Amino acid sequence: MRIALFTTCLVDGLFPHAAAATVRLLERLGHEVVVPPGQACCGQMHVNSGYPAQAEPVVRNHVRAFWPVVAGEWDAVVAPSGSCVGSTRHQQARVARQAGDERLAVAAERVAARTYELSELLVDVLGVTDVGAWFPHTVTYHPTCHSLRMLRVGDRPTRLLGQVDGLRLVDLPDADQCCGFGGTFALKNSATSVAMVSDKADCVQASGAEVVTAGDWSCLMNIDGALSRRGAGVRAVHLAEILAATRGEPWRPPGTRPAAARSAS
Amino acid sequence: MTAREEVLAAVRAALGRGPDGEPASPVPGGPRAVHVPRAYRVATGTAPGSVAACDLLEHRLLDYRARVTRCGPDDVAATVARELAGAASVAVPHGLPEAWVDAVRVGGASVLADEPGRPLGAAALDRTDAVVTGCRVAVADTGTIVLDAGPGQGRRVLTLVPDRHVCVVRADQVVGSVPEAVRLLEAHPDRPLTWISGPSATSDIELVRVEGVHGPRDLRVVLVGP
Amino acid sequence: MATPGHAPRSSPERLVSTYLGMPGVPPKPAAEPLDPLRWGPTFPEAARGTLGDAQLRTNLRRATRTIRDKRVAVTAELPDWEALRDAGAAIKADAMERLPELLEQLEVTVTARGGTVHWARDAAEANRIVTDLVRAAGAREVVKVKSMATQEIGLNEHLEAEGIAAHETDLAELIVQLAGDRPSHILVPAIHRNRDEIRDVFRTRMPDAPAGLTNEPAALAMAARAHLRALFLRADVAISGANLAIAGTGTVAVVESEGNGRMCLTLPRTLVTVMGIEKVLPDFRDLEVFLQLLPRSSTGERMNPYTTMWTGVTPGDGPQDFHLVLLDNGRTRALADEIGRQALHCIRCSACLNVCPVYERTGGHAYGSVYPGPIGAILTPQLLGLDDADEATASLPFASTLCGACYDACPVKIDIPTALVHLRDRALHDGAPRRPTAAGAAMGAAAAVLSSGPRFRWALRASALAGRVLGGRRVRRLPWPGSLWTAGRDLPALPVRSFRDAWARARRTDGRGRP
Repeated sequence: MRIALFTTCLVDGLFPHAAAATVRLLERLGHEVVVPPGQACCGQMHVNSGYPAQAEPVVRNHVRAFWPVVAGEWDAVVAPSGSCVGSTRHQQARVARQAGDERLAVAAERVAARTYELSELLVDVLGVTDVGAWFPHTVTYHPTCHSLRMLRVGDRPTRLLGQVDGLRLVDLPDADQCCGFGGTFALKNSATSVAMVSDKADCVQASGAEVVTAGDWSCLMNIDGALSRRGAGVRAVHLAEILAATRGEPWRPPGTRPAAARSAS
Repeated sequence: MTAREEVLAAVRAALGRGPDGEPASPVPGGPRAVHVPRAYRVATGTAPGSVAACDLLEHRLLDYRARVTRCGPDDVAATVARELAGAASVAVPHGLPEAWVDAVRVGGASVLADEPGRPLGAAALDRTDAVVTGCRVAVADTGTIVLDAGPGQGRRVLTLVPDRHVCVVRADQVVGSVPEAVRLLEAHPDRPLTWISGPSATSDIELVRVEGVHGPRDLRVVLVGP
Repeated sequence: MATPGHAPRSSPERLVSTYLGMPGVPPKPAAEPLDPLRWGPTFPEAARGTLGDAQLRTNLRRATRTIRDKRVAVTAELPDWEALRDAGAAIKADAMERLPELLEQLEVTVTARGGTVHWARDAAEANRIVTDLVRAAGAREVVKVKSMATQEIGLNEHLEAEGIAAHETDLAELIVQLAGDRPSHILVPAIHRNRDEIRDVFRTRMPDAPAGLTNEPAALAMAARAHLRALFLRADVAISGANLAIAGTGTVAVVESEGNGRMCLTLPRTLVTVMGIEKVLPDFRDLEVFLQLLPRSSTGERMNPYTTMWTGVTPGDGPQDFHLVLLDNGRTRALADEIGRQALHCIRCSACLNVCPVYERTGGHAYGSVYPGPIGAILTPQLLGLDDADEATASLPFASTLCGACYDACPVKIDIPTALVHLRDRALHDGAPRRPTAAGAAMGAAAAVLSSGPRFRWALRASALAGRVLGGRRVRRLPWPGSLWTAGRDLPALPVRSFRDAWARARRTDGRGRP
């Protein structure tokens, strides 16, 4: 399959290792990955912050960048984020309609129909749960709200994790509770957000895991930030990074080698 | 404009209609403006009047901490009398079967009859220990008994003020589901309806359930078996 | 702060109450609100206060979790729960579309059965109507069934100012009224008080509280029973709300647990029911849906202990004088918003409060309205209007992480997250053009950057430069507004290169990203 990577703006700028891991994983499974250079952002931040009018050019750019998937040039679009995929499915067409652009709305719906969150792509489209990964650590999984309730990815991520060699999956208490990120909520309602994430960090620590994982770096960034602040010694690692790790190319902390290093070799 | 006219005009304007805007569809009972899917169950696996329905009703009522006694059709009066043990005064509604009233008298309690033209006052009922009634329908699934003020069920105040309510439910009055009950009751929607599911209760303090507040604290159901 | 070796000083509340000779249970919140629909500071400001109250957070955590588990258990046992939700949502949407016809029909059916229907444009008009009715009945006191509509219009305070005593009879409402509090939950208004506090409220404010009253919930409930029984027996007028009313038959329903509702709806001669216009349902048969959705979603029971339904006046049985007051008070304003109007579908079950992670931490008072929680965050601003909303009202749609738990729990499938996002837009942009804000300017700049691949690439290069300067160190403290993040979280280590730059270095691209 030829798969286009929707990197997402957050991963592109702050967590490039998650995008590199997604590429590595899909290539290992025998697929071709393309990274459309025109892409930037899905518009979710603007919509959720109350600026849908400003989101319109952002949505337009996204739809233009990924239109080849509708034209048949690629087979699918994948993002290492539940909430960005949720935004393409549930917000983009609405933004376009509110701006009075029905053509853009329909185009956005067509692109969204071929856009998948990583665990959806692997399990539903590619039909794999054992991706041949090796990750010899105790891991707990936080189901992010948008992947849980907007995309309903269900047990796909834990099915994938369950097949990872060496990985011991432990339950996260109160797993379905929001971590308190909520985009600009983390700033506008800082005190409440910090109260929520500190409860989440308590649960992560109580799980006994060395690593907390999720399908979204946004929520992970929040949880990781709180864990780091208290010196908890628990690492946050994106689902893609765990699934990309093998005995031959084990997971290493970001920064210890260049992003997308394997492509360069 | 009167308040009535102004509110209705504001509703029409909010819906994007003119001040004398045409209705979206004819009035109630007629077609809906939005299709209502009714894929929920009306009949459940529990057949009305069945032993299973009675068993389920009993289970649900016990869950609410009501008391349930099963008996055969010939033992109703004796069972009612037993459930009234200790009550010195018992209110009875108009239309209650004579045999039950006699059973109350035999038990030694004084009978206060609520009759048309001679209604019992609330203060008198407040000094009355118990009341005996029948019911209109009972819902097994939810453990609910519905009274519609028909014969033998009494005015609403009767089953409210005395602290013990002995309620006789015949098996043929037990339906499986809430929709089945509503469809029976819609024949007389004008009657005052009281839906009772266990003794009065509150969870207002730390969400700890306490049975028995203002309504009868003691609900005793006599379930007359098939 | 207490000095070691010295007794702690009395709290200010304690001093004030001692001097005034008042009992030592300070009300929550401390200040008398002006408008029950919106009082207090902005949500973030109010939340800072309640987040610091450890006792409150413990009470809330325990309570919301208990009720959440019960709800999940009783909804899961119905195989057709989702079908019931679909039906409930559609019945409500249909009722809104036909609201003018249904209200007119309800007026006809209630009147035909001996009731009287009144219409009120706003709170003041509704309060005046009720006051006149109480006066006409010759009463100086009334008993009340728990009702959100009468709380919303501040009826008790209005009646008191007119010399009429309004006695709340629901246990939680009684606690709230005696303590001088504001309710903090739709279903369990005194959820912010624990048993010890409630015992103290009863001991100090209930004249006939038994000596030696303990903190046992059963003992407290019995004290309330004894206190209220005398009132029920002597009251001439009762005031209630309504959970729903059936246009086709004129039937009105009140769903309750304690029997105080039955007392009020049965014993007094005169009954005045105040009902929001959105509570009307078309047909009697619709009851079969809502009598399943409401109890299971609200108290987590298969059925609530008591539901009373009455149709006008029944000679010789119950109130012989019945008045139904139909209240607008901003509802038509909400109805005009095609996305926001679904807030009017709400059946006040409070399931959304119990599952909300924000509510669980902040409690209801932070929302500064009789309608707290997720539903309050979309209902309050719409009832008040957003054209010239004050800062506090405009902060409500932002009081959510958009986690979606409320949408999943809602028995009539109100899409609260979508409504919240829509109302954020309205809160920022409705009404007269406002002065440009820093946030607005930042969003504009961000849109320019995020709507072009090349422009975004340059922005990422600036960030990567910072990453190189920091050399993998994590920032722990930033100046405002970054301090809002670093208040409880470290920043991630910034990478030295964005993904797109790393990718471009690694692979020659043909413009479509193909190697």
